Amino acid sequence: MSDRETPVSRRTLLAGAAAALAGVTLAPGIRLIEVAQAAAEPGKAVSSKVRWGLLIDVGRCVEGCNECVLACNRENGLEGGTRPTDSQWIRIVELKDRRTGRKAQAPVMCQHCANPPCVDVCPTGASFKRADGIVLVDRHTCIGCRYCMMACPYKARSFVHEPLTQQKPDVPRGKGCVESCNLCVHKIDRGDGTTACAEACPTRAILFGDLNDPQSAISRRISEVRTTQLRADLGLDTGVRYTGL
Amino acid sequence: MTRGDRHRCAWALAAALVAWTVCAPARAEGSRVPLPSIKVDRSTQCVAPPDVMRRSHMEMLKHRRDKTVHQGIRGGDESLKQCLSCHADKTSGAAIGAPDAFCQSCHDYAGVKLDCFDCHQGRPGVQAKLNEAPR
Repeated sequence: MSDRETPVSRRTLLAGAAAALAGVTLAPGIRLIEVAQAAAEPGKAVSSKVRWGLLIDVGRCVEGCNECVLACNRENGLEGGTRPTDSQWIRIVELKDRRTGRKAQAPVMCQHCANPPCVDVCPTGASFKRADGIVLVDRHTCIGCRYCMMACPYKARSFVHEPLTQQKPDVPRGKGCVESCNLCVHKIDRGDGTTACAEACPTRAILFGDLNDPQSAISRRISEVRTTQLRADLGLDTGVRYTGL
Repeated sequence: MTRGDRHRCAWALAAALVAWTVCAPARAEGSRVPLPSIKVDRSTQCVAPPDVMRRSHMEMLKHRRDKTVHQGIRGGDESLKQCLSCHADKTSGAAIGAPDAFCQSCHDYAGVKLDCFDCHQGRPGVQAKLNEAPR
């Protein structure tokens, strides 16, 4: 019985500690309590205080490596095919400067735009942006028209052409719907605080974090180095940024 | 008809009778109305009484799914995963795929399309068989 009571008293203690720390100022205008509230909490609705994003260091992306793609396939139950009709949530894009001969490669996935064109064109409202900045497809409302695939400048979306049976319990997928990178939304909601690709990258070239929190590793890095948004001219304000392109 | 033929006929009739009693839908006590034959584990209590669940489980799931997809509120007693954790068949681990599987038997009986499991995994805890290397 005393075992049962321990967590309650610990919780009370933690609540007291949190209240005491609430006034601690981390940076001008940012207090510790706000950062704590912004983190994903299981069972609570997501809030727009956070904006999840990725920072991809192209200089660290090793030629010939596709660990992030494999990890994505494993996490989300994708079949791993590369035909035009297969689902690919991440593609490794190779870049070559014809003049200098410089070669580089980088993973390209849904860029989780702040102004997503896929959401603009969706006739049913299935394509939507969650409060925390993740662009998703609500498969319950998707009719498979594929307008969003046409609208996406990054070719990030795939259409499921065949009936599926090997879905992961956390990642429902099915024939007749459009899908794309969801920033491992089930992991974020669980409070893992990372994505499968970021976890799997052997050189830590993918950094996941909250772009709205100035103290997060990703925000600190973005404030230090020059980062690029793919097709920045479109003004989509992407959540996935690249450095060393 | 020879004696052998008559015997064969009688056996066939008996076999048909046995098959009918085994396969026929269950009937309520003292009623001629056929009912779906579902295996229900009554050792624990569902989130609502059976008559409420029968009529409104789809509304509960619909309400839940919107909260999950749009607000990121996962888990809880009304999630599809939680339904399956109790109602999936103990041996096959599935709520579909057999005539007496929990979801399928009732939906077959009522003639209502069951398309949750076109996308959702009907076998909880299944590990997707994945091709490690791209094709």
